[in-house]
Formats: sequence, structure tokens, C-alpha cells
Amino acid sequence: MTVLASPRPPSTPRSGRRRGPTGMDRARRREAAALVMPSLLPILVLSVAPLLMGVLLAFTDAELVRRPDYQFVGVDNFVRLAGNSFFWDSFRIGMVWAVSVTLLQLVAALGLALLLNSGLRLQGLTRVLALIPWAMPPVVVAIMWKMIYSPNAGPLNAFLGSVGLPDDINWLADFSTALPAVIVVGVWVGMPQTTVTLLAGLQQIPQELHEAAAMDGAGAWRRFWAVTLPSLRPIVTSITSLNFIWNFNSFSLVYVLTEGGPGGRTMLPMLFTYLEAFKNRNIGYAAAMGVVLVVVVVLLLALYLRSQFRDDRAEKTKKEG
Amino acid sequence: MRVIAQQMVRPAQYVALAGYIIFLGFPLLWLLSASVKSSGELNSLVVNLLPQEWHWENYSEALARQGLVRSSANSAIVALASTALVILVALPASYVLARLKGAIRAAGVGWILVSQVFPVILVILPLFLILRTIGLTDSLVGLTLVHTTYTLPFALWMLQGYVAAIPVELEEAGSMDGGSRLVVLRRIVFPLLAPGVVATAMFSFVSSWNEFFFALVLLQSPENYTLPITLSTFIGGEGKVALGPLAAGSVLAAIPSIVFFSIMQKKLTGGLMAGAVKG
Repeated sequence: MTVLASPRPPSTPRSGRRRGPTGMDRARRREAAALVMPSLLPILVLSVAPLLMGVLLAFTDAELVRRPDYQFVGVDNFVRLAGNSFFWDSFRIGMVWAVSVTLLQLVAALGLALLLNSGLRLQGLTRVLALIPWAMPPVVVAIMWKMIYSPNAGPLNAFLGSVGLPDDINWLADFSTALPAVIVVGVWVGMPQTTVTLLAGLQQIPQELHEAAAMDGAGAWRRFWAVTLPSLRPIVTSITSLNFIWNFNSFSLVYVLTEGGPGGRTMLPMLFTYLEAFKNRNIGYAAAMGVVLVVVVVLLLALYLRSQFRDDRAEKTKKEG
Repeated sequence: MRVIAQQMVRPAQYVALAGYIIFLGFPLLWLLSASVKSSGELNSLVVNLLPQEWHWENYSEALARQGLVRSSANSAIVALASTALVILVALPASYVLARLKGAIRAAGVGWILVSQVFPVILVILPLFLILRTIGLTDSLVGLTLVHTTYTLPFALWMLQGYVAAIPVELEEAGSMDGGSRLVVLRRIVFPLLAPGVVATAMFSFVSSWNEFFFALVLLQSPENYTLPITLSTFIGGEGKVALGPLAAGSVLAAIPSIVFFSIMQKKLTGGLMAGAVKG
């Protein structure tokens, strides 16, 4: 009780420490720095510095050799890259992959989250199943799906055959099916985070909103469009942005599934850049690819978020007006 | 009309749920089933979920492979070492992150969010050069440092959430009783953080255990390979391995993560990620 009676600044943080640097404050700050330093050091050395160096590398002709001897070549790499049709093919494939996986993930996860939120049986089982893909090592996921897609002894072809469809498709090696096949695996892997996030969002929507809408005679379908979806909007925006970046940056899954084949049909830009750097050993050139990829993704994301915010504001003014 | 439509809703929901269960669960079942099938059955055109005879030898065969045991040990060493390092450096920093306000906190939280979308492909090139200069490519020490660095942001995020949940009044009571800041941390804060530390440690372990990209780039000699790399070489051009033992090895490789997720299930569905996403 003595604690509560003693005079002390209110513990609400914002008003607490705004009184100029006293000696006490300086000591505390030094203490804080000492506590943070062990975390900060590895991050600075092994992640911030490499990022900056990576940007610099993009302007050099560095090669991956024992005794690196390289010089600045200005924007040469970028000029060369502009005319590299293989890179842009791979870029296009990356966009198809990232956009379709992100959208399908969103639709599939929203469906599952709605089901999990509507009081059905088998919830526990489904919840666990929905989390497992998240926990599996990407390599194991790839091995597993390679077995599913196996042209001769795979269950997918066996199933298709048993219902009278063609049963000899070599899913991962056929030019037309390889990309869709890896996209399905991408959706399988990415569903958990999205489902869990959307489910948490669904559970935060006040029940009264639904009841009020039902009173007004809105059916389930209308309630979904008029109540559920608008309330989920901020969560949908943030999870799609994150998913898009994660998917665009993804590497392991497709690397193990197809190594970019057949004929480069699943050559995601990360795979392309990796091969340029560590097989062709042109790390300067590869760094330029990395820079282009990062810049484009950031731009796309900025555009997407801006349009989302603008819609938000438009909606608000409409409601107020 | 309306009544019929409403009666149709529940069955339709169950049909959809069954679809999800099959989509999510079937690949796992298939992997399990392949891990107990003989290679004769796996290569035959007769495709059944249940094996005709249970061929448990796949597991002993998988374990008998020199590479697999060795790389499991490597994975375990790297995962344990990086987990210990992560906890050691993240614990004090997460305390600061949660308790102090202002520029440090803003920068820290900002960095954590950026790190979620980090372009590893751009980072790996100079990182490889840096580590090569100090002789840490193709070394488990180097891989441990890299795993530590790249698990840190999310570990900090998790831990600071647990710190924030401890009332400041408890600490103030401690310091009123004459304890210095460090004593208060050691006596009051860290013990209360135990569940958070366990969760964060499991997360770090699993991240490192599953990690593929850095290991692929950094490790060159087979005796240093971690488990994911060894498994991936089994299916590549290098060696045609029997499917049964490969499936068995994959099941074994997935066990640590699945154990972790079943323990953490409640927490995860409780919206850990939702909190992280909303910032």
C-alpha cells in the first residue's frame, strides 16, 4: 500500500518522461542503450549493413571469385537488365505467382475463417489442420506435394483416372500445368496465417452489428457484404499486403518443387536472381536485379495502400455527408 | 423459399468444411502413408491411401542414411545455439522496447515491421561476402549467426508483448523496496516472463530448424548440411532415393515444428499474428 500512497508521476507512459534530460534520465538512457546493444549489433552488422552494401553492389561489376576485384560501373547493370528478356519473363511469372497466390489465399482463407466462426462441429480438427502447413518445413511441403503430383503413382492422377478424366498429366513438368500446380501449393502453405488473422478479425466484429442488420431484414449474403466485409477491411488490407510481399519473396518451395522448370515456366524472380549470383557468379548484376525487384514491389505496394486509404476516406465522407 | 434456403445452409457449410479438411489434410495423410509403404507398392500403379503391408523399415532405413543423421544433428546444433543466442540478446532489448517510449521504440518497432518484408535475395549477396571474409561461410557458426539475426526481429516482437503485459506497478514496487534496475529485472520481470520466453524459444527453434535459403547459400560441404538441405538433395538430380525412406525422413523432419504448433495452437489462434499485423 505504501507504494500506491507514495507520490510518483502518473504511470501513463506518455506524460511520464517529458521533462527535459535530467541526470536520472541520462543514466536510464545509457542503461537502455546497454540493454539494447546486444540485439542491435548483429542486426546492424548482418542485416542493415548488407542491405546497404547490396544496393552499392548493384552499381559494380562484382563477380563471385576468390579475390574480388571490382569497380563501379554506374548504371550499366540496370541498362543491361532493361534489355534482358529472360529477367522480365521471370518478373512476369513472379507477378502472376504472387498475385494469384495472394488472391486465392485471401478467398480460401476468408471462406475457412467464416466456417470456423459459424459454430460447426469438427472445429478443433479443422483448426489444427489449418495450422499444420504453417509449421512444416518448406522442403517437406515440397517433397509431399511432389508425391501428390507424381505422374504415375500419384494420388491426384489416380483420382482423376477413377472419375474418368485424363490420368497421365505430368503436373510439375508440363509447360501449361507447372505454374498453376505450384500456385496451389503456395495457397496451401500460406492459408494458415491468413485464416488465423481473418478469424481474429471476425471475432472482433460486434454481434450487435449483425443483429441490427438482421432486424432490418438483411439476409446472410447482404450481411456479409454490408457488415462483415467492411469491418474486416483494414485487416484484409494489411494481410494482403504482407502476403503479397511474402509470396513475391518466396524461394524455397518452388526451388525444391521445380527448380524453376520446366523451361523456366516457374522461374520466380528470386530463383532467377539466385542462379545469376551463385551459378553464373555475377553478383553485381544479380544485386541490380534485387534492387529492381525491391523497388517495384515497394512501388506497387504504395499504390495499393494509397488506393485503399483513398477508398476508406471516400467511404467515410459518404457516410458523413 | 426462404425456409428451404435456410435449411440448405448448414449442409452446404459442412460440405465446404469437408472440402477444406480434404485439401488441408490429405497431403499430410499421403506423406504418412508413403512413409510406411514398401517401394514396390509406391512404384506400382495401384494407388491406395492405406498400405497393403506396413513397411516400418522405411524409418530405420532413413535413419541409417549417414547424411540424414548427421544433418539432423547439424540442424539441432544450429537451432539450439541460435535459440539460446536469440533469447539472450532479445530478453533485455525487448524489455526496453516495451517499457521505454520515444525514438528507440519507434525505430525498433519500425525495423521489426520492415524485417517482415525483408528482401533476403538482396541481402544474401553482401552477407555471403562478409561471412566469407571472416571465414564463416560453409560453417555452422556462420549459419547460427545468420539465423539469430533474422529470427531476432520477430522474437523481439513476441517478447515485448509479454513484457508489456506485466504491470509497471510491480516493478515500481520492487524499486521502492530498494532494488536497482537490474535486480528488479532479474527478481521480478524475468521470472514472470518465463512463459513468453518458452514460446519465443520454441518459435526460434522451429524457424531455424525449417530454414532453407540461407543454409542453401552458405553451406557447401555435405558434412555441414542441415536437414532441409540434405532432404532437398535427395530429390534433386544428385541421388534418386527410394520414396519410402524419403517420406519417412520428411515426417521426422516435420516433427519438431508440429509439436511446437500443437502446443502453441491456442496462442496462435488467439491472434498473435493478428496483433503483429495490426501493429
